[in-house]
Amino acid sequence: MVETYGQLNAQRSNALLVCHALSGDHHAAGVHSSGDRKPGWWDTCIGPGKPIDTDRFFVVSLNNLGGCRGSTGPSTANPETGEPYGPDFPLLTVRDWVRSQALLADHFGINRWAAVVGGSLGGMQVMQWAIDFPERIGHAVVIASAPRLSAQNIAFNEIARQSILTDPAFHGGRFYAHNTVPSNGLKLARMLGHITYLSDEAMRAKFGNELRAPRPGFNFDVEFEVESYLRYQGQRFVERFDANTYLLMTKALDYFDPARDHGGRLADAFRHAQARFLVIAFTSDWRFSPERSREIVQALVEAGKDVSYTLIDSELGHDDFLMAIPHYHDVLRGYLRRVAEGTFT
Amino acid sequence: MSGPSLRPDLALIVDWIRPGARVLDLGCGDGILLAHLTQTRQVQGYGLEIDEPHITACINAGVNVIEADIDDGLKEFRSNSFDVVIMTQALQALVRPDLTIAEMLRVGRRAIITFPNFGHWRVRRSLFRGHMPVTPALPEPWYATPNIHLCTVHDFEALCGERGWRIQDRRLLDRSHREGTRMRIAPNLFAEHALYLLEAPAGIAT
Repeated sequence: MVETYGQLNAQRSNALLVCHALSGDHHAAGVHSSGDRKPGWWDTCIGPGKPIDTDRFFVVSLNNLGGCRGSTGPSTANPETGEPYGPDFPLLTVRDWVRSQALLADHFGINRWAAVVGGSLGGMQVMQWAIDFPERIGHAVVIASAPRLSAQNIAFNEIARQSILTDPAFHGGRFYAHNTVPSNGLKLARMLGHITYLSDEAMRAKFGNELRAPRPGFNFDVEFEVESYLRYQGQRFVERFDANTYLLMTKALDYFDPARDHGGRLADAFRHAQARFLVIAFTSDWRFSPERSREIVQALVEAGKDVSYTLIDSELGHDDFLMAIPHYHDVLRGYLRRVAEGTFT
Repeated sequence: MSGPSLRPDLALIVDWIRPGARVLDLGCGDGILLAHLTQTRQVQGYGLEIDEPHITACINAGVNVIEADIDDGLKEFRSNSFDVVIMTQALQALVRPDLTIAEMLRVGRRAIITFPNFGHWRVRRSLFRGHMPVTPALPEPWYATPNIHLCTVHDFEALCGERGWRIQDRRLLDRSHREGTRMRIAPNLFAEHALYLLEAPAGIAT
């Protein structure tokens, strides 16, 4: 599934691709109907007059292959069997996604993106674009991302996967046929993920260690506000997300490592990139910490590429890349304005 | 480029930079020097900055800017990865200026450093009268100044001698950024601004 915002100009030179993160989809901005509870996942940033200005850019946002929001994925019926693919759906890498996005560009007649923009796992796709299709991307905006996951990061993903895989309702990925979903496992995976996307400070500010009842009950019911919040978030996620897609997306994260093909030297991976880069990190993000963004920056400097980097003072954690933090949006707006005007020298 | 004309001290620096050089500018401010060097010298440059409005200004000017604190060092930059490392009017605000200069000469073959001369007669006059100087080059009062390691032209050259940093060139300027006769006679007394082009001692650079 794909959504677009804004108008493609006659030269087809104002196209901007937005790459989504782990649980994102094509619905990045705006609302589909007045009854929508929430706008698209990056509505803070995409729209008329916003940093990704739809008055200037033709913005393309898609649900990646393997997703569960309209694009072909594990929950799609396999035409050969009529049953959902489930575990038969191949694992995909960031490189596969970028290749499919290139086909999407062809479909729109877009030879070259003015910019490709993404946060977290989306930022990995941006880097892969610059590496695999150097002549098809003018600017690479990499936000709250990493050149590859740390062992700690992979460990979180592994716990998330194990909670899904060991849920009896998972049925080896063929839960569709059993008319069930591994909701406990998926819920746990999301709860864990959610903790890592928030900073300690943000959780303290949001929940303190407030009890919901006047005094502790000394049992395992929901007693603290944070428990209630996590269970709610977990439950909501189960209602909208496919467990097999979650497994697939976390593996794509784990596998991403463009330096692997270059003897571990990230700078060599970037050697043929032609895009100019903007890299942005957030102080309170410990899942994709600023140190990881600096690795990207240093590799780009070493490779002699144009790159700017800014570290945004933030409080929420990884999710801050979705927030309208003034300095963050100033930088993004200023950079993309020049992209739109074509005034980089 | 038609734009605001460059500050005279920055214009002199431009003469020290060969076309196409790889340049790192520490404390690059709003990026005006880098923008100018890119236009007139086709350099490939990056600025380091820590101040948010300056970073935004660099982005708006299309200058490569990397958020970093100079006092944290340049350890992420590889040795000899730049032709020249520039630092204008920031030396005196560093925690350890000597360590930073050593880092500049590790990362770049050459270093360009400018600073206000604390040996200038206005400074001496203030001190003689018993007050910390407030001069055009050092406008803040003692309690609000970011300048914690001021030095004179003599001090700076003594440090260079001690560490084996070779002074390739220097420019000493008065308040209107001019060089004059007085400057030749008693530079440490009359120079308000000092500009130095340094090179690492032979043998250290690899």
